[in-house]
Amino acid sequence: MDSRFRGNDETLRNTSPIQTQVMLDITALRAGIAEREILKGIDLNIKPGEVHAVMGPNGSGKSTLAQVLAGNPAYEVLGGSAIYNGEELLELEPEVRAQKGIFLAFQYPVEIPGVTNAYFLRSAYNEIRKARGEDEVDPLEFLDLIEERMKLVEMDASMLNRSVNAGFSGGEKKRNEILQMAVLQPRLAILDETDSGLDIDALRIVAGGVNALRRPDNATIVVTHYQRLLNYIVPDFVHVLANGRIVRSGGKELALELEERGYDWLLDAA
Amino acid sequence: MSTAIESLVNREYQYGFVSDIESDTVAPGLSEDVVRLISAKKREPEWLLDWRLKAYRRWLTMKEPHWPNVKYPPIDYQAARYYSAPTSVKPLQSLDEVDPELVRTYEKLGISLNEQKFLSGVAVDAIFDSVSVGTTMKEELAAHGVIFCSFGEAVQEHPELVRKYLGSVVPYSDNFFAALNSAVFSDGSFCYVPKGVKCPMELSTYFRINAADTGQFERTLIIADEAASVSYLEGCTAPKRSTNQLHAAVVELVALDNATVKYSTVQNWYAGDEEGKGGIYNFVTKRGKAAGVNSKISWTQVETGSAITWKYPSVLLVGDNSVGEFYSVAVVNNHQQADTGTKMIHIGKNTKSTIVSKGISAGHGNNSYRGRVQVMPRADNARNYTQCDSMLIGNRCGAHTFPYIEVANRTATVEHEASTSKIGEDQIFYCKQRGISAEQAVSMIVSGFCREVFQELPMEFALEAQQLLGITLEGSVG
Repeated sequence: MDSRFRGNDETLRNTSPIQTQVMLDITALRAGIAEREILKGIDLNIKPGEVHAVMGPNGSGKSTLAQVLAGNPAYEVLGGSAIYNGEELLELEPEVRAQKGIFLAFQYPVEIPGVTNAYFLRSAYNEIRKARGEDEVDPLEFLDLIEERMKLVEMDASMLNRSVNAGFSGGEKKRNEILQMAVLQPRLAILDETDSGLDIDALRIVAGGVNALRRPDNATIVVTHYQRLLNYIVPDFVHVLANGRIVRSGGKELALELEERGYDWLLDAA
Repeated sequence: MSTAIESLVNREYQYGFVSDIESDTVAPGLSEDVVRLISAKKREPEWLLDWRLKAYRRWLTMKEPHWPNVKYPPIDYQAARYYSAPTSVKPLQSLDEVDPELVRTYEKLGISLNEQKFLSGVAVDAIFDSVSVGTTMKEELAAHGVIFCSFGEAVQEHPELVRKYLGSVVPYSDNFFAALNSAVFSDGSFCYVPKGVKCPMELSTYFRINAADTGQFERTLIIADEAASVSYLEGCTAPKRSTNQLHAAVVELVALDNATVKYSTVQNWYAGDEEGKGGIYNFVTKRGKAAGVNSKISWTQVETGSAITWKYPSVLLVGDNSVGEFYSVAVVNNHQQADTGTKMIHIGKNTKSTIVSKGISAGHGNNSYRGRVQVMPRADNARNYTQCDSMLIGNRCGAHTFPYIEVANRTATVEHEASTSKIGEDQIFYCKQRGISAEQAVSMIVSGFCREVFQELPMEFALEAQQLLGITLEGSVG
């Protein structure tokens, strides 16, 4: 990263002088979809600078947790709270959460035909700047910024003029998510199964991008089924989700244990 | 650009004001006497009065068409006024004589009638109710031999051209509304580009209905002589009124050998309120004749206003190797209805037509694409490509497609593609997750959907069109 890159980072960062000790405090969170309860009481604490991996078998509620934190209206919150920098996150509109620094890298990035990647990204970037009382950037300034960020995910400039995710390969979509993350510089990034459907080279690129964006004052939640991604993005904590609850938390070695033993022994214990 | 759209989506119909201008208005009702009165007020020659009367008599025998997929209560043609003119502009010699209130009206609309201040290099003819109130850039156009003036002026100054081409593309007997227009048309724009001349600037007409209960029946005639080319744009606005007003215009385009006419419309007539009260009935006949070899006629329309839109800008592909194009975005929201599309009639050999139609429906809006592609027996190697896409926003609106294809020549190639999509909750959530509000997301997604059409518009109008979409779709997502 060159110095100019850093300079841009500073302008994007929330400059609030108060750094609360806990960034996100989730308590007894219950949520579901279509009257079916999926999350049955989640407790999780995340501090700035930390990387948390959320693992678990299919259907355990990993993606639901990611979607609920981002505010997807398809999910209903049934109880509990999620205090983000002293504020109840669950009451905020999704775009307000985004403006306050929450970013979800989608498991299935959505296609928007006819809207160029460059225009979409600049709109998002400017909305977030506006919400922070900063000036919008014009297309030329933005081009400088984005070209820098594209190197992180080894993306070709031609991607900027293609429609958002339309006709992208699986790997391109995931890289595009990380590019958006690199541009928007979130305080709390949630990666939802970002490794699914990636070959080893794409995985390396995506993980490299995520690692380059790690800073002492931001945090990351990595939702994944497999330990593989965690070889590249090394977590501080690993949580195992089963049947809507966290059944085990530990350090990065827990992921390796899961890789070796599978999930069944934890499910039985739960 | 995003701020512009954002501020615009939060704005109501901004052209809904009424200007307080003294006007010369005839009593409501339609008769031969009214037709004679209009002709007399405009000091028209005998042949034109005869033509109007023939049209009027023909109109009396015709029935209002009810095949379009639109619903409205019966129109009382005797209740409307057929002529209204600002009294102050009658013998207009120069733009300096324009009533200052009128100038202010156009400034409110963002149109400067002052040539010195007009920076964008577009010549404008402004039509207020029934008459032209001023045409800019005339001298510069005249230096190139281009005639661009009000229709009334053309009748006085260039009667031979008007007589030769008036009704040559849309005969007075063509349809009910065209016949009505031919009988009572008041003014409009006229343009003639002589042989070999590429018109040096964009030409533009802004139509404004101001007076209450007045129909607007303008007539536009554009002729590109051999190897000439011209690009023309019309924009339209009207005050908010709780009663419906009828707008029945006729536009005729003629392209001779190797000539090109490009006609763009950004239609923003008042659309009625959220309950569907008021708004303009926009019943318009637009047709171009690609008469010469290698001639080309291209229509681009962005239809965002009007309570009801009924129009089919069409091309008669007469000359061999002639080209017809139709690019359309039609948006309906609240209780708006649109039945719009095109006709491509292939008559000459090696003729080629392209149709790209984008229909967007929101609220209780009902949007129909109706198109005819006809290949006549002589039209060897005719080609047509049609793409017809509909987008739905919400679940109370409708999208319909009525394509008619008639081919009478085995060598023809006709393609039709159609799609219907819905703005997905997932798309909106994706945008919101990136910090973009729902309304801005819709505006962005819709603009993306319409991109192929916007690309056909002259630069500054493409932006205007995009902003209009934002306003029209305001409040269409919860």
